[in-house]
Amino acid sequence: MIDALTANQAAAIAAKLARIEVAAVYPITPQTTISEMMAEMVSRGELDARFMLMESEHSAMSALIGASYVGARTFTATSSHGLALMHEVLMWASGVRRPIVMPVAARTIGGPWNIWGEHMDVITERDVGWMQFYCENNQEVLDTVLMAYKVSEDPSVMLPAMVVIDGFILTHTVDAVSVPEQHLVDEYLPSFNPDPVLNIDDPRRFGGLIMPDWWTEFRYRIALDMEGAKKRIQEADAEFGKIFGRNYGGLVENYRTDDADVVLVIAGSAAGTAKEVVDHLRDEGLRVGVARMRVFRPFPSEEIAELNSKDVIGVFDRSYTFGDGGAMFNEVRSAMHGSDNIIKNYVGGLGGRDVTAAHIEWIFRNMLDILDNGLDRKIEWVGLRDGSGRW
Amino acid sequence: MARGGGELIREHMSGKFIIPREELMHPGHSACPGCGEPIAMRLLLKALGPRTVMNVPAGCCAVIPGVWPRYSLKIPLIDHAFECTGATSSGIRAALDAKGMNDITVVGWAGDGGTVDIGLQSLSGAIDRGTDFLYVMYDNEAYMNTGSQCSGSTPWGAWTTTTPGGNEISHRTGKKRILEMLVENGISYAATVNIAFPEDLIKRAQIAQSIRGPKFLHILSPCPSGWKMDPSKTVEVAKLATQTGMFPLYEYRDSQYQFTEEIKDRKPVEEYLRLQRRFRHLSPTQISEIQNLVDNRLRELDARMEASRK
Ligand SMILES: Cc1ncc(C[n+]2csc(CCOP(=O)(O)OP(=O)(O)O)c2C)c(N)n1
Ligand SMILES: [Mg+2]
Repeated sequence: MIDALTANQAAAIAAKLARIEVAAVYPITPQTTISEMMAEMVSRGELDARFMLMESEHSAMSALIGASYVGARTFTATSSHGLALMHEVLMWASGVRRPIVMPVAARTIGGPWNIWGEHMDVITERDVGWMQFYCENNQEVLDTVLMAYKVSEDPSVMLPAMVVIDGFILTHTVDAVSVPEQHLVDEYLPSFNPDPVLNIDDPRRFGGLIMPDWWTEFRYRIALDMEGAKKRIQEADAEFGKIFGRNYGGLVENYRTDDADVVLVIAGSAAGTAKEVVDHLRDEGLRVGVARMRVFRPFPSEEIAELNSKDVIGVFDRSYTFGDGGAMFNEVRSAMHGSDNIIKNYVGGLGGRDVTAAHIEWIFRNMLDILDNGLDRKIEWVGLRDGSGRW
Repeated sequence: MARGGGELIREHMSGKFIIPREELMHPGHSACPGCGEPIAMRLLLKALGPRTVMNVPAGCCAVIPGVWPRYSLKIPLIDHAFECTGATSSGIRAALDAKGMNDITVVGWAGDGGTVDIGLQSLSGAIDRGTDFLYVMYDNEAYMNTGSQCSGSTPWGAWTTTTPGGNEISHRTGKKRILEMLVENGISYAATVNIAFPEDLIKRAQIAQSIRGPKFLHILSPCPSGWKMDPSKTVEVAKLATQTGMFPLYEYRDSQYQFTEEIKDRKPVEEYLRLQRRFRHLSPTQISEIQNLVDNRLRELDARMEASRK
């Protein structure tokens, strides 16, 4: 069935299709309509889940960690300050291996206040042991929530996942979304049966104190399993394609990169715009392409290293982490270490500012210029009011 | 399976009551000598029985059950962050209910700092949600696991590492009245209990277990290292806390407050204070100030009980 849905509606419907058993919610813009829609589904009897109203996002995540130990499939959604408030318990969730799935309506973090979209909130949480899926459109949001459960709950993974939805650009914009049939979802996503599980007849302790003699081994296991999740993501994506007739290319979606000289690495909804621009520049005979970073955790090192043969790589960061360039830029650059191509960081689309086709076209022409004349500068803030922003 | 409240209360009133034999806390825990917390834990688990799951935040409670892979309790236990005991209990309860395991007792077990300070918001939320669980605060009257810092439950005048003079400006009001706060929050049942009154502790725990909704037990649990006292005197000191009125035993049930251990021939607070070097610096005037605080507090509690019966 094709429906006209916002990405938030798509996320809520995906939670229902996934037959979640426990949800814990707390309001924050632009996530709130997910929780509201779920409340309606629960009160109409369409969603058979325990629906908990929490006193904070910290509590929402804590409640889900508890529920997940009992073996319930759990769900919450948040954004921005809510995600930041969860920081401590995000690390608990991954550290104690709870496969919680959480859409995040990606947004700024104040101050000053700004409720609009960018990736700062999710990028800040890149190091907490959660998988991160960045969605391009509303369909992908629905599909990725289902895939995320499949990967997270895989016994070889058992790590939580964020499904990143660009604030307002996707969360509040209606698009055509194909809603899969329940029986197909059931076929794709079996029920959650973790082992071990909290059980009175087999009383164990979960998450208890670990001394230096074992801690490193525990962290190493997480690192290994996060690495192993790459393969699971590719499999989950391929199986999704078989059952539902669409998939997303695994961790990185390469768009017209085969013969490209310059490639822009970009995540989220702006990748859609970038693909449009690529088509238009290709008509001019320019050899440009897009590598859409669909999964940032686990980091797609192999896929990025495959771009080593490209002469110029641009990395677009929709956030800024005050290091030696943006966070995505740095990780891409490090995955390409040793290759002799040129890598440049573009920063833009902050605090709800549009990333327009004109911005992207400017970026591609700048990269083509670098191809001929060499790197002009390492970091470029795109679309600043006074046209500066270069160093 | 928990027995009904009425039946339990009759049984307790008949005087036949004995402490259950079953041990759900075993040797091998890592509490300090003389610590009140394992006594409290052992008694509580005897009261509640094996169909119990527990969640604990940071605090001595995260260390005492043992260091991985050793574990001294015979019930499932979940460790979690410091400020989210109530929320974690809510989540466990929700999932147990979703799976049809309604007869399992969920216990959130936290220290005083983890309850009256940093965990208050989460506990308040769990009460507001009507979570069917028992929240137990073992009260050693400071942040002990981090080395005896003053908490909102530290009594007025006590030495801690952050109140080295005993009476710091920042902790003028003394112990937070957590039980009354939670009653106003809408809790179904609440009681103060004391490891030196084990039969009473077990009674209150079983009454709490028999009532649906959010319940609260406040257990006094001496900490010999933080209270600077002889670790062989834990029970004696705990008993004096109640006998002097420093830690009165009372409950809130069916919208009424009542004393659960009448204090006859109340002893002067000095008998309690002088066994603990955390009160050593107090002048005679300050000790009589504490006596006044206790007298007033008991009068105020009397009035509260009177009013609740009207
Ligand atoms: C958010 C956070 N802040 C601080 C701490 C450090 N911390 C760990 S245990 C503890 C003391 C706990 O005191 P209390 O709850 O009274 O339990 P006790 O140790 O006295 O048994 C503190 C402050 C922490 N774990 N988490
Ligand atoms: Mg304490």
